[in-house]
Amino acid sequence: MPRHPFADVAIVGVHNTVQARVLPEHDSTSIALLGALGALADAGISPRDVDGVVGPECARITLELGLGPCTRRPSQLGIPALLDAAALVTSGQCEVVLVAAGGAGVHVDRSATAPWTRPTNELVVGYGLFTAAEFALMARRHMLAYGTTPEQMATASAVIRTNGHANPEAVYAGRGPFTPADILASRMVADPFHLLDCATTSEGGCALVLTTAERAGDCEAPIWILGGASDAYGPAYVVAPVWDFQPRDDCPPAGLVGARAARAAFATAGLSPSDVDVAELYDPFSFEIIRQLEAFGFCAPGEGGAFVEDGNIGPGAALPVTTDGGTMSFSHPGINAQQLQRVIRGVQQLRGSCPTNQVERAEVALCSNGGSGALFCDVLLLGPERP
Amino acid sequence: MSLLLPQTEGIPTPRPDRRSEPYWEGCRRHQLLYQRCAECSYAGLSSFTVCAQCHASSPVWETSAGTGSLYSWTLVWRPPDPSFRVPYAPAVIRLDEGFWMLSAIIGCEPEVLQEGLRLAVEFHSVSDDITLPYFRPA
Repeated sequence: MPRHPFADVAIVGVHNTVQARVLPEHDSTSIALLGALGALADAGISPRDVDGVVGPECARITLELGLGPCTRRPSQLGIPALLDAAALVTSGQCEVVLVAAGGAGVHVDRSATAPWTRPTNELVVGYGLFTAAEFALMARRHMLAYGTTPEQMATASAVIRTNGHANPEAVYAGRGPFTPADILASRMVADPFHLLDCATTSEGGCALVLTTAERAGDCEAPIWILGGASDAYGPAYVVAPVWDFQPRDDCPPAGLVGARAARAAFATAGLSPSDVDVAELYDPFSFEIIRQLEAFGFCAPGEGGAFVEDGNIGPGAALPVTTDGGTMSFSHPGINAQQLQRVIRGVQQLRGSCPTNQVERAEVALCSNGGSGALFCDVLLLGPERP
Repeated sequence: MSLLLPQTEGIPTPRPDRRSEPYWEGCRRHQLLYQRCAECSYAGLSSFTVCAQCHASSPVWETSAGTGSLYSWTLVWRPPDPSFRVPYAPAVIRLDEGFWMLSAIIGCEPEVLQEGLRLAVEFHSVSDDITLPYFRPA
């Protein structure tokens, strides 16, 4: 047997800073920095030992923590940034890598869409396209093909928002619980999405610490990467989101973005979807939960709506999903922090350290990022045992 | 419900780049241009430098008949910028020449929208420089 590609790297520290609608005393650097220090404290590793920083704020963090000379990777991605950090360790370029992110003071014009979702986009800007509309154009195709209903989507939203309601660290803690009817009663944003079918925006920071397997032996609860991969079909939010866009005849169309990545991640791990105990799915819009369940192989194409409606994704169910409340309720600070937060929650589930919605004896966690309307989707599998 | 209308001046407008300028010039003349590969005849989602299928460096601008079918749509009530009049209906249209484009549906009630609805292009100016192609039921 060849060695597992992630046998020599572990996640040894994770931290979420305070998350809030607004953190007026912070900017993105300062809140990412607090995330970094928290994750290092969690790992029991001194900032002095960090020799690599990954994330949009990596240069400022290197400066402000006095880490130079230090390896840098200014990645704005989530799971792919984590996999890059792992590669820095397994290739021997670094011994301790910090992956940090945060957003504060960025999304200040509340009458407009979050700026990180609006790149130069001459072919869509004049038509008032934005994230909710882009994901709606994908959801519509699923509704037409399979009869997926707004009620099924609202069920996914109600489960995740109720998870956030129960989580004292969530921006929207205590704001529920929610029923599907509550979701459907909120005002329409972009049909079929109501306000409560959509992610929130907020501010906050987070970080993870990765190190060698050898050094991880000194850490309390190392968590291991069992597999990870990513799919993209082009730049997000620039061209029409088309479900059937299929540049390669032998690969899935854009509507199934993430399917290839999931297959690759499961192959690396030697696992199948039935082995997953908890799925920390990325939840920009309710429909995306239904789509990812299908694309990742948890149910057959077209069955995601019924899978959700039949009670399979709530606390204590067959596949608890997005247990911290996700981007709908926990936090959505922008750029990549909310993507890394799916991984942080996966780590906490496997450590058994979640204050709410802890899945009993969770041994395999799947985490995801992105979604169909953004034309990218990343998948990560984590476990408590060294692969 | 309400008749879907084109947007008017004041909305955020496209900023053409060197590669896309012919497309926007066509719109000002009320012609819908698209790129097709001279080698393999692939027509893509967006302007390209080489063909995304055969990688020949021979995409050429052609004029679309401006007719196609409704592929997907949404109805927006909360716009990304307050300058947009709501509701409006962003849509993906499958043009008869075999390419997809994003536009918005006008000239009908939202209840009319259904998969495969036949559509024809209609141009509306939204600034001194920018004319947008919209689609209405044919």
